[in-house]
Amino acid sequence: MSAAAHTDHGHHKESFITKYLFSQDHKMIGKQFLVTAIFMAIVAVILSILFRIQLAWPGESNSVLSFFLGDTWAPDGVLDRGMYLGLVTIHGTIMVFFVLTGGLSGTFSNLLIPLQIGARDMASGLLNMISYWLFFLSSILMLYSLFLETGPASAGWTIYPPLSVYEEAIPGSGAGMTMWLTSMTIFIASSLIGSLNYIVTVLNLRTTGLKMTRLPLTIWAFFVTAIIGVLSFPVLVSAVVLMLMDRGLGTSFYVNDTIINGEILEQSGGSPILYEHLFWFLGHPEVYIVLLPALGLTSEIISTNARKPIFGYRAMIGSILAIAFLSFIVWGHHMFVSGMNPFLGGVFVFTTLLIAIPSAVKVFNYITTLWKGNIRFTPAMLFSIGLVSSFITGGVTGIILADSALDIAVHDTYFVVAHFHVVMGLSAIFGMFAGIYHWFPKMYGRMMNSKLGMVHFWLTLVSAYGVFFPMHFVGIGGAPRRYYDYSVYELFDSNQFQMIMDLNVVISIFAIVGGLAQIIFLFNFFYSASKGQKAVQNPWKGNTLEWTTPVEHVHGNWPGELPVVHRWPYDYSKPGAEEDYIPQTVPLAPGEEDH
Amino acid sequence: MGMKFVVLVVIVLAVIAVAQIMRVYELSSKLRGKREEELSLKTNNINASLMLVFLLIFFGSFFYMLFAYGRGMLPNAASEIGQDIDWLYNVNWVIVIFVFLSTNTLLFVFSWKYAYDPNRRAHWFPHDNRLEMIWTIIPAGALAVIIILGLMTWNEITGEPSDDAQIVEIYAKQFDWTARYSGDDNKLGYSDYKLLGTFEDSESGKSYSNALGVVSHNSINWRVKGINNEIAELKETIEKEANNELAFSEARVNQMITKVEKLERIRERVLDMVGMYDDSVVKFADDDYMATELFLVKDQEYYFVLRSQDVLHSAYFPHFRAQMNCVPGQRTTLRVKPIYTTQEMREITGNPDFNYILMCNKICGVSHSNMKMAVTVGTQEEFDEWRYTDGITSMALPDTISAPSNLNMERMKMPEAAHHGDHGDDHHSDDHGHENGGH
Ligand code: HEM
Ligand SMILES: [Cu+2]
Ligand SMILES: [Cu+2]
Repeated sequence: MSAAAHTDHGHHKESFITKYLFSQDHKMIGKQFLVTAIFMAIVAVILSILFRIQLAWPGESNSVLSFFLGDTWAPDGVLDRGMYLGLVTIHGTIMVFFVLTGGLSGTFSNLLIPLQIGARDMASGLLNMISYWLFFLSSILMLYSLFLETGPASAGWTIYPPLSVYEEAIPGSGAGMTMWLTSMTIFIASSLIGSLNYIVTVLNLRTTGLKMTRLPLTIWAFFVTAIIGVLSFPVLVSAVVLMLMDRGLGTSFYVNDTIINGEILEQSGGSPILYEHLFWFLGHPEVYIVLLPALGLTSEIISTNARKPIFGYRAMIGSILAIAFLSFIVWGHHMFVSGMNPFLGGVFVFTTLLIAIPSAVKVFNYITTLWKGNIRFTPAMLFSIGLVSSFITGGVTGIILADSALDIAVHDTYFVVAHFHVVMGLSAIFGMFAGIYHWFPKMYGRMMNSKLGMVHFWLTLVSAYGVFFPMHFVGIGGAPRRYYDYSVYELFDSNQFQMIMDLNVVISIFAIVGGLAQIIFLFNFFYSASKGQKAVQNPWKGNTLEWTTPVEHVHGNWPGELPVVHRWPYDYSKPGAEEDYIPQTVPLAPGEEDH
Repeated sequence: MGMKFVVLVVIVLAVIAVAQIMRVYELSSKLRGKREEELSLKTNNINASLMLVFLLIFFGSFFYMLFAYGRGMLPNAASEIGQDIDWLYNVNWVIVIFVFLSTNTLLFVFSWKYAYDPNRRAHWFPHDNRLEMIWTIIPAGALAVIIILGLMTWNEITGEPSDDAQIVEIYAKQFDWTARYSGDDNKLGYSDYKLLGTFEDSESGKSYSNALGVVSHNSINWRVKGINNEIAELKETIEKEANNELAFSEARVNQMITKVEKLERIRERVLDMVGMYDDSVVKFADDDYMATELFLVKDQEYYFVLRSQDVLHSAYFPHFRAQMNCVPGQRTTLRVKPIYTTQEMREITGNPDFNYILMCNKICGVSHSNMKMAVTVGTQEEFDEWRYTDGITSMALPDTISAPSNLNMERMKMPEAAHHGDHGDDHHSDDHGHENGGH
């Protein structure tokens, strides 16, 4: 559409700085997001292994803890109680926001939106670059908070007030929390700029013939995700700003009649529940901001590698839209025991359980896509199948949690931790891995080693389930989350204490194995980026437009004219066609039906 | 010892992992010339078989854990509502486990069965409205059942307490719990966070500790005197500093000045409370008594009124399947009717050391995981005995002290209404606590 405006691209010489650092090219920015997110993920995994060591072997001296945390936070190799909460908090924050929001959307929306809609670049390259650098800055701040003298934010990733307001309540709510709030505000700015860019690009820069009903499901997912982000993140900004005011200016939005550490406080009349509403108004849509892009990526990958059209394309779009809409009216399911009006709780039970319907439709459609397919188990395909499995496993526990009567018994226990890790830590992360393996040739012009990919997948699948499956049982047993240890259990039920301790050891060992398995991935990723086998133009025999671009990146993506689209992206194994795939650029044969 | 063993395991695994990397890498470089994306049939089939193998291991461990740990080793629910919740759990588990097993089976079996075969072409099957209808409607039907049953139980749980429910306050603060029984009148005395504290009266030499901020005429007097004393002390220090008797930093002095100002404002708010409560209300507190453990009577319904002094906490009774957050400046409520005594539970679980417990289940600070209260369920006789043991303090009503001079007579006049105004703690909670004297 606005192709002409970009034709001067690719002509001017680029310096190192404009090419690698302050690049405005969407492909480079996508890679910057990815590498930053991988780094953040490594940090977050290490943090989790540190607190898993404490949970499995509480109070025992451990040299790994001394090594990473030193005498300040692990005196005699035993994790400090406050730091335990700090680790949990920063682990959660990094994983949810920096890896699965910034990393996932940032990488793949940037890389794939222009490539799959046939655009030269994002609508605004400059904003895109700013979005990355804000993300970078917020990452640095978040990491830096780990090194503060009073420790990082330690009130849990949901930072409920008043705990997060008063440093007298917990040391992490001093400088650490200020840093957290600042970092998140910058992060949200980055995310908003990015999302607006994605929305505008998808709406305006689709190439000729690419109707919305011919968009790959990846783009649908990114597009809807961006809309959810634009509508929900601003609410978190308000929540954060109000909190900054309660902390610094003595306002009382969230606090009421408190005495902290013997000191009576004047602030009065606010409510912590207000914060919970604001937070979860973002927080729930956020889980779909995390999941939808992963679903989008795997829709594409499953169809390509099963050599079959994705089953029920329109139903898939419909369920993305339904999930997006519903995700805005379910947030109260995080607050069933907050003291919220029970009638309101009932309403949230209803809306929440509705979400299971479009989710179920997606699962059945994936399974039907595999049925009578001709499946190639590339690493990307393996991870996509893993995603579907974990989406089922995590979805069904969501149904239990959505039932307020049942949630009372397990809210804030490890059952919830298990639930959301199965959908985020497995599904969404698997989607991200799948995307990396599949589009690596588009990013680096080289192939990742597929054998290593397979080893990586099976080790990851087994250890990830090994971590989070037993966790359900720990939670049903009533073990609260964010506990430094379970010594209270010894007081009232030694049998149960034993069960928790046994399972905690199993979980931690799987966590360590799973963490180590990621070394295989890292090795494969960085090695292949420089030394991997050179990619061919369309290695997976895909239909979408990115596979019509040259292997070597060019500014503006296509050296000549922009491609013209004639069909939907899922003409795999279409009867009558010679090959088992028909790229979107191939005109419909006379008499051939559009999907 | 355990630790060393684990470190060893980890090291061994790490070595294996690295060796594996090297081996596979060598293998693949030997095969160089073959394209990465072209999976050999053999490799593809290995992955296909692994799909089945995984499915078996996955389900195998699921059933093993179900068998070995069941309900997380929690015994049967020990409260009336808890039993309904457990019943609802079982219904839901049946539905959910069926879905979990059947869809995972389809997923992995299809993956295995339809592995790549060069002689076959995938079946062209882009959509089918009838099928899609089916799997929209069937889940919708199942969910309708889940929703209806769930809401029925939810309404029951959150319903009004019966008339003979005992009202007990559970008060949370970093990092312990206090229980306040409402006594014979089954009404809790009012409370206000501004009155909380421990005070000494230099004139009479008496002292008074108001741990829950309970309202009485005298507790207001005590509080005002307490603040007067605090302010006097601070002012004295500031004066000394002004006379260069002390060597405080300027910041420290400013801090003290700010504090004096703050205390004066709070004193003003306390003074506003005078006359807001008349005798008919204040007397609710007279028969209240406090304990640092919870003793409940079997088959007696309890209506817990939860408060928090500082941050969010959550009162969590895993054996009663009951939980409710404690929110500063607000009252929340929870209904529980225990149905087994501790002794009976010991027999049921076969564990002579079994005890009920109340845990904190909302992150509340560094010692969150230590915030607990012992809970005992016994008979009425046992309760009556317990009621008069040492640990149980009656409300320790404040001794009368002379009214502080700054309580002027104008303020002392009782308004008509027993309570009005906006004194934060008490009147903006419109929850069920009200009617039942949940103050
Ligand atoms: C069938 C769909 C789902 C349903 C019905 C559902 C339901 C719920 C409910 C009711 C809770 C609150 C539990 C509690 O705190 O007691 C919850 C927590 C959570 N869910 Fe889901 N969920 C679903 C899918 C997902 C997905 C797809 C994700 C993310 C990709 C997700 C992420 C989370 C997270 C992060 C939390 C907990 C956050 C926290 O407390 O720290 N859920 N879910
Ligand atoms: Cu949610
Ligand atoms: Cu607590």
